[in-house]
Amino acid sequence: MTIEIKTTSIEPLRHTFDNVARRLGADKPASRYLEAMFDLQPDVNFHYRPLWDPDHELYDTDRTAINMEDWYAFRDPRQFYYGTWTITRSKQQEVAERNYAFVEKKNLLDLVDDAAKQKAEAVLVPFRHAEYAANLNNMYICAYGYGTAITQAASFYAIDRLGVAQYLSRIGLMLDGNTSESLDNGKQAWLENDAWQPLRQLTEDLLVTKDWFELYVAQNFALDGLAHPLLYERIDGALQKSAGSTISMLTEFMNEWYGESSRWVDSTLKTAAGESDANKAQLEQWARHWIDRAAKALTPVAAEVFGSDAQGVIAELREELTTRAKKKAGLDL
Amino acid sequence: MANNNVFIALQNNEEARPIIEAIEQDNSEARVEYAPAMVKIDAPGRLVVRRETVEGLIGRDWDPQELHINLISLSGNVDEDDDEIVLRRGN
Repeated sequence: MTIEIKTTSIEPLRHTFDNVARRLGADKPASRYLEAMFDLQPDVNFHYRPLWDPDHELYDTDRTAINMEDWYAFRDPRQFYYGTWTITRSKQQEVAERNYAFVEKKNLLDLVDDAAKQKAEAVLVPFRHAEYAANLNNMYICAYGYGTAITQAASFYAIDRLGVAQYLSRIGLMLDGNTSESLDNGKQAWLENDAWQPLRQLTEDLLVTKDWFELYVAQNFALDGLAHPLLYERIDGALQKSAGSTISMLTEFMNEWYGESSRWVDSTLKTAAGESDANKAQLEQWARHWIDRAAKALTPVAAEVFGSDAQGVIAELREELTTRAKKKAGLDL
Repeated sequence: MANNNVFIALQNNEEARPIIEAIEQDNSEARVEYAPAMVKIDAPGRLVVRRETVEGLIGRDWDPQELHINLISLSGNVDEDDDEIVLRRGN
């Protein structure tokens, strides 16, 4: 007896959603990222203009000086939609938790000398307030930006910053033996210490910047592009001389996160600059202005660790950021 | 005449789709055949899966060993390193 196994191939009537197929130019299977990103934001039938901003529609392309033919050109090179983003972060958090547990279990911070601990506390803990501002700023970009491609990534970036702020608080708690003294001192420094006032003023100016794309350049490119390498490469490197890799283990997430997220920032700037010369000129003008401000604001913070060498360190970081802008985003700064 | 073809058969799912697309990009002579739940790709003499191409499509780091998760079958001599998996037959 022979058994014949028959297979029937059923061709699906459609491979993806119509709006995705229109954008891809053909009805072919699309990635989850594309399906979870394209055209999610409503763009018609708003009925009334919002009472709080009668000059604009609820979602309006005119809230920035940047012009785009297609706002969905801002693809995220990491292809993050809610699912992939949470999975990635949860994996990273497991690693970070293990690092924190290891440092606590082996009492590694007891081996770090007091001077290094004080420096770490003086620089890292007040910075959590700047991270919170970065969270608010990216939520603003998400709220007033146009197109899910960029707004969803901005909201992920915003929540990431809340995570970074929480890690910084935890480092403070580990350094002060869970008394939360370091957090109080950090807040005091943020509000009153002269070294932090230029940075505080800068973040407060950013909180009231109206143009969301300008805010994107100022916060995500200029300020983060200088502050993150300063904290987690330069200052971390300086602390390693006496603290070994203990502090680095606690800030490793920030390091990794910055490398990953800059890819998104660079690609967004590249897309906007590639759209038109007017966009490129506008981005360059914003970037120059805000890099200038950020460099000035971060110099006294760098001086907490580097003393009189702070100017030189910031100048090097500026140089690196300018090179990055040229190479990754095609901007001449 | 001896059959010089190599092939790779992958499950047709969300994870394998970018790999299939990468193979199509990197192997102009490959023929892709869709069967229920499976995709079989034939190529004359040589077929390559490149890490860089797949990474470009999925937007994250990709280890060529991840291919095996969705691999059904293959034919040809396998030559794999960190950057690519090559199937070849003949010289």
